[in-house]
Amino acid sequence: MSTTVAPETDKAGQEHRKGGKPVASDRSSAENRLGLKLVAPAVVLMLLVTAWPMIQALYLSLFRYRLTAPDDRAFVGIDNYLTILSDDQFWKSTGTTLLIMVVTVAVELVIGFAFAMVMHRIVFARGLMRTSILIPYGIITVVSAFAWQFAFSLNNGFVNSWFNWLPWIADDTNWFGDYPHAMFAIMVSEIWKTTPFMALLLLAGLAQVSEDMLEAAKVDGATWWQRLTKVILPNMRAAIMVAVLFRALDAYRIFDNIFVMTKGAEGTQSISFLTYRQVIEQMQLGLGSAMSVLLFLSVLLLAWLIVKLFRVDLAQARGEG
Amino acid sequence: MAGKQTGKTAVGTWIGFVLIMLWCLFPVAWIISLSFKSEGETAAGSPQFLPKEPTIANYKAIIDNPDFTRALLNSFGISLIATVLSVIFATLAAYAIARLEFKGKRLVLSLALAIAMFPVVALVGPLFDMWTTFGLFNTWPGLIIPYMSFTLPLAIWTLSAFFREIPWEMEQAAQVDGATSWQAFRKVIVPLAAPGVFTAAILTFFFAWNEFVLAISLTSTTSSRTVPAQMSFFVGPDPFNPPYAQLATASVIVTLPVIVIVLLFQRKIVAGLTSGAVKG
Repeated sequence: MSTTVAPETDKAGQEHRKGGKPVASDRSSAENRLGLKLVAPAVVLMLLVTAWPMIQALYLSLFRYRLTAPDDRAFVGIDNYLTILSDDQFWKSTGTTLLIMVVTVAVELVIGFAFAMVMHRIVFARGLMRTSILIPYGIITVVSAFAWQFAFSLNNGFVNSWFNWLPWIADDTNWFGDYPHAMFAIMVSEIWKTTPFMALLLLAGLAQVSEDMLEAAKVDGATWWQRLTKVILPNMRAAIMVAVLFRALDAYRIFDNIFVMTKGAEGTQSISFLTYRQVIEQMQLGLGSAMSVLLFLSVLLLAWLIVKLFRVDLAQARGEG
Repeated sequence: MAGKQTGKTAVGTWIGFVLIMLWCLFPVAWIISLSFKSEGETAAGSPQFLPKEPTIANYKAIIDNPDFTRALLNSFGISLIATVLSVIFATLAAYAIARLEFKGKRLVLSLALAIAMFPVVALVGPLFDMWTTFGLFNTWPGLIIPYMSFTLPLAIWTLSAFFREIPWEMEQAAQVDGATSWQAFRKVIVPLAAPGVFTAAILTFFFAWNEFVLAISLTSTTSSRTVPAQMSFFVGPDPFNPPYAQLATASVIVTLPVIVIVLLFQRKIVAGLTSGAVKG
């Protein structure tokens, strides 16, 4: 596993370098200029496609503006925001999105950890295992959505006929006919595709747990469960939190699976899907822009909450996340 | 006691190994199997796992489908160009971040982090508006530009993590020998960093190859639609009975490059993902 230097140590190292050998000021200002020149293209490009359109969205969100009726454009202040915030659909989609996020991340964390433990312990077929686990990671989400949609399909799926011995599954269970079933199918596809990513991040964290400490705990008579909860988990806390942060924010933006599997039917539309429909299908640029702004703010809020609540160490994240 | 426990652990690891392999490969086996079912079979309803009479008719049909081959070309072209450009810009930025002291370094990294978490859908409206104004709507550059922007954070993180591990002394030695900062970068760092750059390129390619939201929003015809977008619009003549087998065939074909890349470079990808990746 690649070991990386946390930025703090890196910075300390550089300061040490400078401390050991005083650097002339023209040299350091040249370094400063070169640094800025090298990052400039990347920064400009990143801002061009995010910050600038976001400002545009902020501006458009204050207008009644439909692309199909451009002459009808009029300034309406915060009316669009009020319309959205008092709309049932918006809150239902937010609820659906949060439900998907919480369930998928929780399930992925447990399965991902189990996978990471196996990959950490395994002494044979490491390459084969790495290759296999990267396939769901690399596969296109749309393909995963189709594969699971077909697996759950009434006429062409194997799920019903294989699992009809379970009390809640019958040969004619329609997985896309109601909210709970459709949500289950969507979550299965999401979990299948992203668990490997979770497992790999956790594996990196697991590699940092000191074997000596584990050995010491074993000698002291700690049970398997005690070693897990008292030694392993606390020591890979940073890795777990980073994995949770990235996956949670990613799950909150869920779109592909829903678009392919249900097209938002049966109340399964996520907040991203609702925004997409407003903008692209209904061409409501004003209302849609307001939704975009709200989506952006909710992601920021969510990121902030996760970082604060779980005290995610972002400095370490840069090293290993 | 110790021996018994290791025995138990070994069995557990074996079971875990089998479960992981099933988890990863079973759905892939499912779409492969589905791709060999005939159109008639899926139209009549074919809930069993394996095809009754395996046929390669779907593969013939999909290869002869100009919409699909064009989408495949678009996907390859757009993903490759976005990858190359993104990695070039990211290499410059990551070099500066890992090696130079300059004002705003933390700001750049925070910006990259923020963009990695950015909800892409939020941009669809304004980008749609801007791209129609600039004539970039439904063109290759119209997708390449945002793909670059969204893969830069991933590439910058991965690369700066790799760059930190490159020994400082080599660059300094080159500078002592009279090389400028730029020469030290080009002659010393680039060869050392090449494996890292390559890893960043793979992760970037995966992102672009997979991207869906922008691909369906910023394109309108097959002239620039990528495979994921094309597949989602490919419903066939009967919307209530999608062409299962053909979609499965298309799925298998677009998954092939992923499998090839994974087979060849699994070690690099894992190292890249765990050293500073954000998810493609």
